[in-house]
Amino acid sequence: MSKRRVIPGFGLSMGFSITYLSLIILIPLAALFLKAATLGPAEWWSILTSPRMIAAARLTFGASAAAALVSTVFGLLVTWVLVRYRFPGRKLLDAMVDLPFALPTAVAGITLTAIYAPNGWLGETLAKWGIEAAYSPLGVFIALTFIGFPFVVRTLQPVMEDFESECEEAATTLGAGRWTIFRRVIFPMFIPALITGFTLAFARAIGEYGSVIFISGNLPMQTEILPLLIVSQLEQFKYEAAAVIAAGMLIVSFVLLFLINLLQRRLNWQNR
Amino acid sequence: MSRSSVTTESAPVRLLLIGTAVAFLALFLLLPLAAVFVEAFRKGWEVFLASLHEEAALSAIKLTLLAAGISVPLNTLFGVSAAWLVTKFKFRGRSLLVSLIDLPFAVSPVIAGLVWVLLFGAKGWFGPWLAEHDIKIIFALPGVVIATVFVTFPFVARELIPLMESQGSDQEEAAVTLGANGWHIFWRVTLPNIKWGLLYGVLLCNARAMGEFGAVSVVSGHISGETNTLPLHVEVLYNEYQFSAAFACATLLAFLALITLSLKTAVEHFTGHSSQNKH
Repeated sequence: MSKRRVIPGFGLSMGFSITYLSLIILIPLAALFLKAATLGPAEWWSILTSPRMIAAARLTFGASAAAALVSTVFGLLVTWVLVRYRFPGRKLLDAMVDLPFALPTAVAGITLTAIYAPNGWLGETLAKWGIEAAYSPLGVFIALTFIGFPFVVRTLQPVMEDFESECEEAATTLGAGRWTIFRRVIFPMFIPALITGFTLAFARAIGEYGSVIFISGNLPMQTEILPLLIVSQLEQFKYEAAAVIAAGMLIVSFVLLFLINLLQRRLNWQNR
Repeated sequence: MSRSSVTTESAPVRLLLIGTAVAFLALFLLLPLAAVFVEAFRKGWEVFLASLHEEAALSAIKLTLLAAGISVPLNTLFGVSAAWLVTKFKFRGRSLLVSLIDLPFAVSPVIAGLVWVLLFGAKGWFGPWLAEHDIKIIFALPGVVIATVFVTFPFVARELIPLMESQGSDQEEAAVTLGANGWHIFWRVTLPNIKWGLLYGVLLCNARAMGEFGAVSVVSGHISGETNTLPLHVEVLYNEYQFSAAFACATLLAFLALITLSLKTAVEHFTGHSSQNKH
């Protein structure tokens, strides 16, 4: 750090940024881990392995993984269509993909419930076929897919737009069919972006609260997600238990974030 | 960008793919959006307008504007400062700092509320001290504001850092050589270059600030007329089975989302580049 800094403002921006970051993010998160640490390993174990906790974790991670997987499949299809084909209404649909980011989660929650509830727009028909779309794990999955698929589209889109068609042309000249070219030439180029999109959607789904709690029904052991379990611990003033569950979720999220960063680095390297 | 016929699919395949994608988007985007408005007007205009004029609704709107009005400027200030710091200077821990800025994205909204309860709640670290001095943070306005600040923390910085990185520091360095001071450089050189990105970051930050539910719901205590923001008011109405009123208030938030999306599209149109924002 011996090089003299030419541009002014280092001290001021460093001082303000670090102070603000510490006050708003780091100290509160540290307080959470400290609170969780006031309990011993035995208590941690009993909180994290209680049947209600395990049921909630199974639902949260299971529904999040399923939703992220479906988001990835449809995200790939939607991105492909938006980037490679021209049709009326394409630009509007492209802009609308961000709706789940922009729509407040509580609004998404009550709206999806209105659609999929047993007397709802689609729920009534689904109920006739014996499918419980709302107030069931399926409802959690629907809400998380709504929240997750824009992550896949927005991660994949720049990669697909930059994709050179020269390899495609070369493969075509060599006599390969479209499906073979897609499988062998195009798709492998998209794998890192798809994994990143999947992980982003998955990470977001794990913590999602607002859009899920209306449609899920919130029955302990059946349709209760982890964030809701934290809220219910808090309402019973079990601060330590809430902190332990939150700390567990945060550790999972941080590991996911770390993996995304690694992938993103590979992605940037590949696009260079 | 037109493709040669050898590198695209046959017409039936193309139609099938477009059809499936449009059907998926219609089911997951257009149908929910339509449902908000249809449900809001199910009992007619009068009920719709009355639900927005209700005292609890008005105070919820006021609180939402107030919370966003405090947290958005704070996070904008931080975003500019942090982006200046990490794009104009090289220092040890720089990439760690960039990762830490993204941290709130990995935190569940419920946990973003929980951390403040653990600090300032009745049984929290500072709870007894606050009670002694009769200061209310949790279940009061300050709690709503700090929870909002937490969840909207990264938005402006996230938008500015890649933008300022791609623009480099040549112009600022030239301005230094010409004798300009720091504030001059920022206002005259940097700000005109980043204004669209900054506007976009502020828009996203604001949309999230006004729409935040999970974090605020943990710290607010749902006191009607006092600590209910608009999304919380929607929840309360919904749980009281006042569906039309809940959806009427939800249309305001849906409008906010639509305006944000339109402005975003307009900004991208003006700048000719698409943002890489993923949240």
